[in-house]
Amino acid sequence: MELLRSKLQEFGAARTLIIMFLLLLLAIALAVGISPVGLLGDSLVRLGMNGVLVLAMVPAIISGIGPNFGLPLGIVCGLLGVLVAIELQLMKFWAVFGAMAIALPLALLVGWGYGILLNRVKGSEMMVATYVGFSAVFLMSIGWLTLPFKSPESSWFIGGGLRVTVSIMDRMGKVLNDFLSFNIGELVVPTGLLLFFLILCGLMWVFLQSKAGMAMKASGINPRFAEASGINVNRNRIAGAILSTVLGAIGIIVYAQSFTYLQLYRAPMWMGFHAVAAILIGGATVKTAKVSHVILGTFLFQGLLVVALPVANNIMTQGNLAEITRIIVSNGIILYALTQTRKGGAKL
Amino acid sequence: MNNYLLEMRGIGKVYGSTRVLNNINLSVSPGEIHALLGENGAGKSTLMNILFGMDVIHSTGGFEGEVFFDGVKREISKPADAMELGIGMVHQEFMLLPGFTVTENIKLNREITKKNWLNKLFPGRLKSIDRGQMKRDAIKSLEAVGLGIDEWLPVQGLPVGYMQFIEIARELDKTGIKLLVFDEPTAVLTEEEAAGLLKSMQEIANNGIAILFITHRLDEVMTVAHKITILRDGQLVDCLDKENTSVAELARLMVGREVKRVVQSRELTDETPTILSIKNLKVKMPGELVRGIDLEIKEGEILGIGGLGGQGKIGVANGIMGLYPASGEVLLRGEKLPLNNPYNALNSGLAMVSEDRRGVGLLLSSSIAENIILTAMHINKQFVWKIGPLTLRSDRRIREHTQKYISQLDIRCTGMRQAVRSLSGGNQQKVCIARALTLNPSVLFVSEPTRGIDVGAKNIVLQTLIKLNREQGITIIMTSSELAELRSICDRIVIMHKGKKAGILSPDASDVDFGLMMAGEYDQIKNKGAS
Repeated sequence: MELLRSKLQEFGAARTLIIMFLLLLLAIALAVGISPVGLLGDSLVRLGMNGVLVLAMVPAIISGIGPNFGLPLGIVCGLLGVLVAIELQLMKFWAVFGAMAIALPLALLVGWGYGILLNRVKGSEMMVATYVGFSAVFLMSIGWLTLPFKSPESSWFIGGGLRVTVSIMDRMGKVLNDFLSFNIGELVVPTGLLLFFLILCGLMWVFLQSKAGMAMKASGINPRFAEASGINVNRNRIAGAILSTVLGAIGIIVYAQSFTYLQLYRAPMWMGFHAVAAILIGGATVKTAKVSHVILGTFLFQGLLVVALPVANNIMTQGNLAEITRIIVSNGIILYALTQTRKGGAKL
Repeated sequence: MNNYLLEMRGIGKVYGSTRVLNNINLSVSPGEIHALLGENGAGKSTLMNILFGMDVIHSTGGFEGEVFFDGVKREISKPADAMELGIGMVHQEFMLLPGFTVTENIKLNREITKKNWLNKLFPGRLKSIDRGQMKRDAIKSLEAVGLGIDEWLPVQGLPVGYMQFIEIARELDKTGIKLLVFDEPTAVLTEEEAAGLLKSMQEIANNGIAILFITHRLDEVMTVAHKITILRDGQLVDCLDKENTSVAELARLMVGREVKRVVQSRELTDETPTILSIKNLKVKMPGELVRGIDLEIKEGEILGIGGLGGQGKIGVANGIMGLYPASGEVLLRGEKLPLNNPYNALNSGLAMVSEDRRGVGLLLSSSIAENIILTAMHINKQFVWKIGPLTLRSDRRIREHTQKYISQLDIRCTGMRQAVRSLSGGNQQKVCIARALTLNPSVLFVSEPTRGIDVGAKNIVLQTLIKLNREQGITIIMTSSELAELRSICDRIVIMHKGKKAGILSPDASDVDFGLMMAGEYDQIKNKGAS
């Protein structure tokens, strides 16, 4: 009994509540006759789609700059990568990995500057990061209008500038999803997508076990300890920002190929928030995060949305209750997590 | 029947399981300057907290004994009660609003008001301030402390010494003030300012106000005090009249305590090579400024650094290890050690056990194993294995190493994966030591190794240090507030005063010498004796 209680405590009240809420929704879904196989399939796709973006939170959190609310910085780099890939007429796998290759140096550079900025505002990283993210979105809104992209796929027919949503179905749509994909009954497993996500998770896990990863974790948990151990805290924070931005760029490319649309202008604005909410649901705090938090958190957060949508549509036929639920849940979780910041974290 | 203003009888206080005050008696007559002497941790502040009814006392189970004021037994359960009785405090840190004028600071929240037409609507809060009367009051109390400044000046930008006087003026301005407590008022003042302060203290006392004067400075005590009470380790040592004592006696009473040598002191000769040579080291550590010291540390010795709090003893180790900005020259075996670079310091074979165990010394939420190996992993690239470009941690080596230290230092834990947060203070300290030893240092700095740990663990820690020194030849530089501890294991003891080296004593030097040196009056008194 004691053991159970301590296990439960370790698991966290918030996570327990979320899981119960999810189960409740699931029960209702089954009661109103929604196919559970379809729900599971959708959940898997969304796990793979959003996973990398959530994974981007890990290096940011452990290096001590906190949950990366400035994720849109990485996202716009990824979007630029895809747009260039379209311009270069790349197809299928070439398009996906070409876009990543183009986005990578951009994200490196942007992340480096971002890290330097965050080192100057120690103590209020989350607030500053949020506004850096917003600024990046609006700056790039000007960019999307003025950058000299010519491909008819991505730009308006008349006048200048890029479209609000660019269809990339034919060029690179579901390339990863369909790779080695197979069916179990009616359930379609997006093998390539999940594989790509899990490989990145594995790499991150290995990094966390490495000397560099340990040093980064120490600088996040207790900068003064790290400093006293001869670890360059500022450099680790910059490295964390770069890694996070790069993963953000890769993440949006994975997301877009599965979504089959590239969303420009104001679309990236809240993506950082959703990723933060997901990893916090998974059990991370603003100071500690593990790869397992990413997987569990993304699955719970996205699962909630997948199940809530049809249930809400069934119960209330008008309006967009699902969207409202999602906003309430994600912001509520962020709020909850931020109130817990002073309690410190889990194990290194 | 007596006519004491304040009498504290049989005061005792226990925090958790440690007794910090035991059966203290203190009586102060009106118009008397009563000095309260003692080292850091002797119990002076606790005694004052009791007098002022501070929350820390009552939230930790109250205190023993009785407090009489004006001959009547009083229950002082909150600071406002003390204020009502006429007890005032001049703080060590100034509590003044920089943007306000001198008058406004003196009269803060006790403004003199007069009625105006608005009071018909809002009878209480919106009365006008009677600036004329306030100004006259302020001038009066400023004169009482002997400070000739304009009362309309803003406090911001005034010299530090003046601020202290304004604090006092504010206390004096309170009507019905009968007892003023000065908590180390001269700590931040220049000598001239201090002299002025002492003079105004005497004037205040002449007007019949009693003064409790808390200080480390023996000469000041001898100048102004009528009576002197000395505390040591929460015990009342003695209460003396000034006429019947001397600076030397006070010094002895303040630090005197039985010292048990744990080991034979090691003979240091001129032939013993110098391992660390410090020249004009200055360290900007807030509260523990080091203002330039020279020190030769011999190979294989245990050097103690002692002194009162805030005199810079903590700063020395932190400066050399690069944790706080330092300047000057440090030579390790004749080679220059780059300062302000913790990596270099660690890499050249220095290691440190920090005085701030929970803040700097440990990753509280991490396991014992990770705490012990992390620094060595980073500096010496131990406990790792390589595949290609990756350097991964080797769990096997970490496990072996941690097990070794857990049994060697007798760290009481449920296993190497236990988070250090849940260990006792003594065991946390052992983890810190294990971490430093993992680096295989040739010089080990140990700051406040026994602070906040119980007696048993204290002994183990000290024994460990001796063993390391004698068996592995590690040079140890131990900083401690507990003189007795330094005297029990060190070969030489450096005493710091005002950020400088006051002198070096052998551990069997007399209590008087230690006391005088810590109070910064060693040279003065010794020179007088010679002449």
